[in-house]
Amino acid sequence: MLTAFDWDIIRRTAPYLFREGMTFTLTLTALAMTGGIVFGTLLAMMRLASYRTLSTAASAYVNVMRSTPLVLVIFWFYFLVPWMGGWLLGATRPIQVGAFLSSLVTFMMFEAAYYCEIMRAGIQSIPRGQMWAGYALGLSYWQTMGQIVLPQAFRNMLPVLLTQTIILFQDTSLVYVLSITDFLGAASKVAQRDGRLVEMYLFVAVVYFAISFGLSSLVKRLQARLTVPGR
Amino acid sequence: MPMIEMKNVSKWYGPVQVLNGCSTAVNKGEVVVVCGPSGSGKSTLIKTVNGLEPFQQGDVVVNGISVGDPKTNLTRLRAQIGMVFQHFELFPHMSVTDNISLGQIRVLGRSRDEATARSLKLLERVGLSQHAAKYPGQLSGGQQQRVAIARALAMDPLAMLFDEPTSALDPEMINEVLDVMTELAREGMTMMVVTHEMGFASRVAHRVIFMDHGQIVEDDKKEDFFGTPRSERARQFLSKILHH
Repeated sequence: MLTAFDWDIIRRTAPYLFREGMTFTLTLTALAMTGGIVFGTLLAMMRLASYRTLSTAASAYVNVMRSTPLVLVIFWFYFLVPWMGGWLLGATRPIQVGAFLSSLVTFMMFEAAYYCEIMRAGIQSIPRGQMWAGYALGLSYWQTMGQIVLPQAFRNMLPVLLTQTIILFQDTSLVYVLSITDFLGAASKVAQRDGRLVEMYLFVAVVYFAISFGLSSLVKRLQARLTVPGR
Repeated sequence: MPMIEMKNVSKWYGPVQVLNGCSTAVNKGEVVVVCGPSGSGKSTLIKTVNGLEPFQQGDVVVNGISVGDPKTNLTRLRAQIGMVFQHFELFPHMSVTDNISLGQIRVLGRSRDEATARSLKLLERVGLSQHAAKYPGQLSGGQQQRVAIARALAMDPLAMLFDEPTSALDPEMINEVLDVMTELAREGMTMMVVTHEMGFASRVAHRVIFMDHGQIVEDDKKEDFFGTPRSERARQFLSKILHH
């Protein structure tokens, strides 16, 4: 029965899958992670701010994002961003955004909600006295956050942040709904062209598993090494 | 003009009043010890001096600048007042030297070399030169607190605030910290010290403030406080902490 499968197709198409697809997937993951962490950290600071308006706005944003299926958000952004961009720039017609930029913005904003909650826990894990000590030296809020609180919060939260990034890496496969050639999209194109669905989707699953599992093991090792001397 | 002047400072946490009309003054070069039972508002009082604890009524004036005035640049004011905390609050992710240099570089605008040189000099002064490259977590409590004092001194403060600087320390480490503070007082530093160390108070302080339930109950010259405290509560407090 196994003879009915054409496993050689993987060997033949792998260069294309990795050069076109995986490059896109990894680029999107890296950029979305960077943007998501920056935006998520700002959101976390807003959520913890003593100004009611800021914290309410931030928590509303986080709750909406976390209660909406990612596929829907991807669709919404894809159709809305051109209109919103046009409106912001004062143009009468929707602007050209392109699938890549649209999906990047989507993932940055969607993941920011999750990174926000991680960073919020991280910031809250730093004793209040650290903030006081920074203020007492004459540092501003931003200096105290940037020099004292956030570096410690990042260090405490790094394993969780990376774990969330591994989830993000898997989630980027959803961009195939925009017909983008990410790793899954590339494999899916080959699969449908040659009628080799089983082979290709099995291969895709194995690759995602290998990368995600490998990264999680690395995170575990990192966690063990990440202890400040004497702590 | 006193270095620190408190005028009728009151503060509430919701419905709970934690400071009730506190008034006092600390002159330049004066050492004032603040004592009282726990929960009496000592730490809150001392933190109003550099605006770490906001207050709702009254005012605190430091070197002629009002802390309560919303127009005051609190950040600039804080840079001129050193503060030492009960739990040291050193920055655990920075070396001891970087802890002392941070404020000098970021707030005073000193160059890194200048700041490091100053930090090393201060470490020598508190007897910790050989620990310059270590991290706070590698030091004992007493050593950490001495680093914290050096960190505050690096800003060339007009006055120093100490919030129970020895109460988180093991007994054998208390004296190494008190010695540094005593020396500082002898050099004429203006100091406000929340502490239960009555030995330190009787040796070093000029005045003693006794607080209870958010109020300043006594504000006496040291000799009067340890001789004949006027209030019953202060007498009770003293007999409790002196006879054991």
